[in-house]
Amino acid sequence: MADYTKPLPMPDPLTKTFWDSVKAHAMQLQKCGDCQKFIYYPRAVCPYCGSRNLAWKPVSGRGKLYGFTINMGKHPSTAPFSADAPYVIALVELDEGPRLMTNLVGIDPDPTKIKVGMDVVVHYDDVTEQISLAKFKPV
Amino acid sequence: MANNIAGKVAIVGVAESDQIGIVPDRSVIQLHAEAAHNALSEAGLTTRDVDGIFTAGVSPMETAEYLGIVPKFMDGTAVGGSSFVIHVGHAAMAIAAGLCSVALITHGESGRSRIGIGGFPQGAQTIRGQFEAPFGLPSPVGAYAMACSRHMAQYGTTSEHLAQIAVSTRGWASLNPKAMYRDPLTIEDVLKSRMISWPFHLLDCCLVTDAGGAIVLTSLERARDLKTHPVVVLGRGESIDHSNISQMHDFTSGPAKVSGKLAFDMAGVRPDELDLAMIYDSFTYTVLMTAEDLGLCKPGEGGAFFAKGRTAPGGVFPVNTNGGGLSYTHPGMYGVFTIIESTRQLRHDYQDQGIRQVKDAKLAVAHGTGGVLSSAGTVILGRA
Repeated sequence: MADYTKPLPMPDPLTKTFWDSVKAHAMQLQKCGDCQKFIYYPRAVCPYCGSRNLAWKPVSGRGKLYGFTINMGKHPSTAPFSADAPYVIALVELDEGPRLMTNLVGIDPDPTKIKVGMDVVVHYDDVTEQISLAKFKPV
Repeated sequence: MANNIAGKVAIVGVAESDQIGIVPDRSVIQLHAEAAHNALSEAGLTTRDVDGIFTAGVSPMETAEYLGIVPKFMDGTAVGGSSFVIHVGHAAMAIAAGLCSVALITHGESGRSRIGIGGFPQGAQTIRGQFEAPFGLPSPVGAYAMACSRHMAQYGTTSEHLAQIAVSTRGWASLNPKAMYRDPLTIEDVLKSRMISWPFHLLDCCLVTDAGGAIVLTSLERARDLKTHPVVVLGRGESIDHSNISQMHDFTSGPAKVSGKLAFDMAGVRPDELDLAMIYDSFTYTVLMTAEDLGLCKPGEGGAFFAKGRTAPGGVFPVNTNGGGLSYTHPGMYGVFTIIESTRQLRHDYQDQGIRQVKDAKLAVAHGTGGVLSSAGTVILGRA
């Protein structure tokens, strides 16, 4: 773990709750007390109705694959990930509504096997002692 | 839509930098300045005539200082490759309102040779640093690729559909001496090229070049006394859908839907009345999605719209007649070149070059995309 060389998030005072929940393997997102929508990424203001009446709530960790790409690994902007290539970057739409950027794991990086709309579930990846990432795998 | 802009302001000069493509002996600001000089010269104007300055990438301060311009109006809207198309609308508004009389839009990037460029820091505490960077999305290609995967799943769009766009665009590039790649291309060539970020092959992706571009606008009244045939700004629109690709509202439709409707409504023009379209082509999918959003075809029908060379030289609806970002030039923020080429087509600059000139061209749309399908600028231009 000590030699993890890929980009890591640096939580800020507002987003720390999210990152702590992922580290605890029990993801929480903000939910708007006025329009009742879950939001992601964490914010100071609801992007749907403008309210500041936001509270942290647990989410199911279940969702569907909204879209994906397979990085073949020769791109300069993702040099720290080259050893992982090919790998899948995905947008997952949670059952609660919000979409998250993530990696799809537990499946071959093969576009004939990965289907937009497929059911996925969160897979917590403890990449360092401080940070865990919410990745997803097929159900 | 009530407005006091449409038809009142004209483009009177357009130009690239002295050279485009691989230009290892020119800095970013030098490319801005060369293009500015060339565009002003075409109109018979100099920097002394300019009182409005519009740019992105470098600040209006740097451009004004470098060129010795003391502007009365300035705009540094910087929302990626669409910026310079958006500037055309802003310049038209400023001139129509009497806030400046000669507007200069400048662009220049050393995308390939990296001479005199600034950096793009991406801190770990930013939104992108926290919620996107840890997952290794190649930028920007992966964002467009991910969006494209949804269109393919939802509408049955295929890699062959996308490849046809690259092939048709190369057809136009083969007629443009300034284009970087001019050799004929087949759908098979595109499909056999190296996969970069599925579903995008290398030849689904734009070039990386060095280039500058500039545009000069003034009132139609003043334009009549200048050297070039005026091209009139009939409509303009702009919008933003998102900044981070994970926040895009719908992977199959973007901000061009808003900017396009605003522009067409202001111009009082329907998409089927256009003679050509210049659509930002960072990737093949960018063109396909934008064509749908602009109403050139229906949602999901982009594949059919570009099929069988319909947009290629000799096709029924010319698109990207300079060879586009896919084959002509793409220094990073390509939008200015959609305006440059539209203007030249509407002036009939290519009339002695056979099929290169869109016959009797009177109406064009120029559209810029910025960020990762994030921002949009649309301009409808007409031959005065």
